[in-house]
Amino acid sequence: MFARGLKRKCVGHEEDVEGALAGLKTVSSYSLQRQSLLDMSLVKLQLCHMLVEPNLCRSVLIANTVRQIQEEMTQDGTWRAVAPQAAERAPLDRLVSTEILCRAAWGQEGAHPAPGLGDGHTQGPVSDLCPVTSAQAARHLQSSAWEMDGPRENRGSFHKSLDQIFETLETKNPSCMEELFSDVDSPYYDLDTVLTGMMGGARPGPCEGLEGLAPATPGPSSSCKSDLGELDHVVEILVET
Amino acid sequence: MHERSVVADIISTVEFNHTGELLATGDKGGRVVIFQREQEVSGGECKIVTPPFSMGSSKNQVHRRGEYNVYSTFQSHEPEFDYLKSLEIEEKINKIRWLPQQNAAYFLLSTNDKTVKLWKVSERDKRPEGYNLKDEEGRLRDPATITTLRVPVLRPMDLMVEATPRRVFANAHTYHINSISVNSDYETYMSADDLRINLWNFEITNQSFNIVDIKPANMEELTEVITAAEFHPHHCNTFVYSSSKGTIRLCDMRASALCDRHTKFFEEPEDPSNRSFFSEIISSISDVKFSHSGRYIMTRDYLTVKVWDLNMENRPIETYQVHDYLRSKLCSLYENDCIFDKFECVWNGSDSVIMTGSYNNFFRMFDRNTKRDVTLEASRENSKPRAILKPRKVCVGGKRRKDEISVDSLDFSKKILHTAWHPSENIIAVAATNNLYIFQDKVN
Repeated sequence: MFARGLKRKCVGHEEDVEGALAGLKTVSSYSLQRQSLLDMSLVKLQLCHMLVEPNLCRSVLIANTVRQIQEEMTQDGTWRAVAPQAAERAPLDRLVSTEILCRAAWGQEGAHPAPGLGDGHTQGPVSDLCPVTSAQAARHLQSSAWEMDGPRENRGSFHKSLDQIFETLETKNPSCMEELFSDVDSPYYDLDTVLTGMMGGARPGPCEGLEGLAPATPGPSSSCKSDLGELDHVVEILVET
Repeated sequence: MHERSVVADIISTVEFNHTGELLATGDKGGRVVIFQREQEVSGGECKIVTPPFSMGSSKNQVHRRGEYNVYSTFQSHEPEFDYLKSLEIEEKINKIRWLPQQNAAYFLLSTNDKTVKLWKVSERDKRPEGYNLKDEEGRLRDPATITTLRVPVLRPMDLMVEATPRRVFANAHTYHINSISVNSDYETYMSADDLRINLWNFEITNQSFNIVDIKPANMEELTEVITAAEFHPHHCNTFVYSSSKGTIRLCDMRASALCDRHTKFFEEPEDPSNRSFFSEIISSISDVKFSHSGRYIMTRDYLTVKVWDLNMENRPIETYQVHDYLRSKLCSLYENDCIFDKFECVWNGSDSVIMTGSYNNFFRMFDRNTKRDVTLEASRENSKPRAILKPRKVCVGGKRRKDEISVDSLDFSKKILHTAWHPSENIIAVAATNNLYIFQDKVN
């Protein structure tokens, strides 16, 4: 039943095949097609982040498609959780990755920072996909996720209460002006901490956030002294703004 | 620079005014171009002819048939940068809606993703001359040299058409505006974005009322967005909005301030035999339009146009296949994003014919009474002036006849998303990427 439905959807070069062996082939080709549809959808979601705000309707439709595929794969039993912590969580978590993807897709509407930034549990989406996705696709997804994260990581903290900000604008309440800018300071604070950490000598985690900001440095501990003057300069500029 | 000007010319909206005298187009570059119909030299009656349509009049007519010429061009919206989000706000005009004419000037609303503007388009054919304090070139005169006073008089000048922004309705939409609709009370209008609909008074720009809000408390739970909205043509308290899940909600503003609970809910049950991973995407409604009578609504989804009776919520009364041959191509169309194209649909003046666009610069017309339909093409090669448009046909499988075109030869980059129909006559405007085609019916 599923196989026939899928054949109708995709550009069907699949001929009607008969026989038990052929039946098996059809089923596995359906799985492959479904998998490639899932991969395609995930890539589409990641690539939503252009210069202009992504089309929310399109993102929602793609995310719903991903969720549908995941649900079906879960029913099939082909959707396996990899990380042990994922397996311990409630059944609802089969949809965790979609939620995180959705967060990434409309990250600027006021959600948490994009996935894969070092939080333990957000390794979920990419690692969950590893067994079912081909290695190449997984690497591609991961790299595109990281690319997106680099320059946008700063935006992540901005957007926590972005929606709150716009709701404030809608109601035009002047006393909320403080709230408007309360979150603007936080990324700069993070940067300050990071830079301090660099100078003091190496915390690998926060340094990741610098990827999109400072020019690439070989390592946190190397050439600290020579960079000190430059970092001081940068911090000065930030503090002044 | 050359590339930019080419991209800027993609037409993004087309709309006749209430008399059909004016036709406005908006483009991706934020420009509005208004065309005005020539006054007809002789007052001949024109016959209403069903398709096939022709361009211009037949050869035994002497007078010009009232063609559309450029009347006014102005820059409505400029590109903006949202510093808070580090994102550009496109200047592309998403929609234009005319206000009914109440005096000598014309008024229209134009909107991009974030800001709605009210424009006044007026003619100036007289100029005051004989100022006391200024000379003929406009330079200030030395008051000491003025010995007599005179009254300035109005003298005729060459016709000048000016467009001035009269109101700017900004900062009310977090998400992208997809629709605007003028209310039949002519005092209010609504603007709809992906998650909210706001009601405005034309006179008040710093405040709007939120009448629909479907944003979930947790954005992670978002599964549905608003795709289009329109006021009822006669009942100023009634409006409809469509969603990405293929549903239409009719709301009555008298029921409550926030119309989160609909009065009517239109949804067709899904056909289980057609179910696929793309079912939801192709059910997403891209346009919703009330009939002129106000009795019906028409919706456009990816493959069909549907007509609904306001009194029947459980299914449409008519369904028309626009390009069903694409059903087997949905995977490819998903891959190249064409499946997300938003086609519009329009009624003719008498609500008897409906029209919508397709790919390969094809557009389709469906006669609701005779159940006949026709596919026409908007292209330079096929449309010499005064020529009659030839019906086109897409060959689905098997043998292709001489004039048919096969599905695989269709050009998916040539899409007709925006069309308009004159309010009372058989004149249609079709936007094919950056070209505007105006077709009139054959006159005998």
